Amino acid sequence: MALTGTFLCLFLVIHLLGNLQLLLPADRARASFNWYSHLLSGNVLIKLIEWLLFVSILAHIVYALLLTLRARKASGRGYVYDKRKASSTWNSRNMGFLGMIILLFLVLHLKDFWYRYKFGNLPLDEQGYTDLYAIVVAAYEEFWYVLLYLAGIAALGFHLLHGFSSAARTLGLYHPLYSKVVRVAGKLYTLAITAGFMIIPVYIYFNKA
Amino acid sequence: MKIHLKIWRQDERDGPGGMVSYTLDDVTEDMSFLEMLDALNGVLIGKGERVIEFDHDCREGICGQCGLMINGRAHGPLPHVTTCQLHMRSFRDGDTIYIEPFRAAAFPVLRDLKIDRSAFDRIIQSGGYIAAGTGSAPEANSILVAHDTAEAAFDAAACIGCGACVATCKNSSAALFVSAKTVHLSLLPQGKLEAPQRVNAMIAQMNAEQFGPCSNTEACEVECPQQISVLHIARMNWAFNKSRLLGRKG
Ligand code: HEM
Ligand code: FES
Repeated sequence: MALTGTFLCLFLVIHLLGNLQLLLPADRARASFNWYSHLLSGNVLIKLIEWLLFVSILAHIVYALLLTLRARKASGRGYVYDKRKASSTWNSRNMGFLGMIILLFLVLHLKDFWYRYKFGNLPLDEQGYTDLYAIVVAAYEEFWYVLLYLAGIAALGFHLLHGFSSAARTLGLYHPLYSKVVRVAGKLYTLAITAGFMIIPVYIYFNKA
Repeated sequence: MKIHLKIWRQDERDGPGGMVSYTLDDVTEDMSFLEMLDALNGVLIGKGERVIEFDHDCREGICGQCGLMINGRAHGPLPHVTTCQLHMRSFRDGDTIYIEPFRAAAFPVLRDLKIDRSAFDRIIQSGGYIAAGTGSAPEANSILVAHDTAEAAFDAAACIGCGACVATCKNSSAALFVSAKTVHLSLLPQGKLEAPQRVNAMIAQMNAEQFGPCSNTEACEVECPQQISVLHIARMNWAFNKSRLLGRKG
């Protein structure tokens, strides 16, 4: 859980950095983003990482299911009057629910961009690269689509807010000072990731021609 | 004060049970929570009814025998106190108080509010000790322990094994208890040698007892009467992961 989660966290950084090219002025964004996508899709290393990502997400979900089942079995008969939620944060108790929203979001996300880029028949740009930029912009010009994205990314944010520091604990970071450092780093990381991924669709929506 | 109570009653292990309502007059603020239950039992005896069974021993917050879910919180509304150290001044006249046993598959209810916590004993038996015969007490300064290390070991050893961590955890995980019991030994020179074997044996027993997985919600530390830090769990994970990586499972 912690290993796959941490790997996914790492991936998000790279993914965001690449996507930030979408914030360039339209012409430069198109050229740069399409060139970058082309570069990635032709790279063996990226192919490998893509597979690793799929395996990680799958393993993460399988572990999540196993953990949830074990926890359910361990809980036995619940309480008639239950106020236990006062002693922990909402997101830490609802990682499975948040994960499910992320999963739904991922299906939509992969179907609309990854699948179409790989298997769809897309137009080429002036450089002769597949024009992924055009579909991204077209998607984000829809109001409801932007809303869906914001919701998915918000779920991811709450998942990370607990997941980042939780993973460090599961792996065994017990030093009081470094634990605090990681907790703060987790918050900053979550803020950067959610803000970064949210700005892109919003920026494109408000800059549509 | 007049207090309304809703208390879990159950006749036998694995039997059916349910909440039963009682009203108790003449409760004073100075009564401890358990004295209030004693008073209620006095009334029940007077009526010829079966008394409400609950665990307790020292009634001074050190033995870990008492433990009730009070108004949906382990050991009641105050932070870091045992049920026996809770007093009726924490409640108001006319309040309704829900009282239930600590719940977990690994803690079967024996009767009413009394649970079987022998799963904790079996975890200790699996490795919560030092195997070497140590003889009688040696000269205190013959094995030097740095002050900070001794303090850290004491912090972990303060766990009284009440089970509130399990009761409050959404996963019914015993990670806080097991971590306190592994860490306090493995910090000290005598306990260090068997640390990898100990952590593996105790975690294996914890899983065999059907406690759930830890997902770091940290509810356990919030409810723990001894304020055992969740960082002990991380320390246990570290010892466990390290022993696996180095192939030293014991
Ligand atoms: C980009 C996507 C994702 C990232 C970066 C991510 C990251 C993480 C991290 C770092 C953890 C903490 C691991 C630990 O404490 O040991 C975690 C836990 C978890 N994740 Fe994810 N995750 C993602 C997607 C998902 C999905 C799609 C699901 C479910 C369908 C999911 C369900 C869970 C569950 C149930 C936990 C366990 C939480 C707990 O221990 O209470 N995650 N995730
Ligand atoms: S009765 Fe001993 S701790 Fe409460």
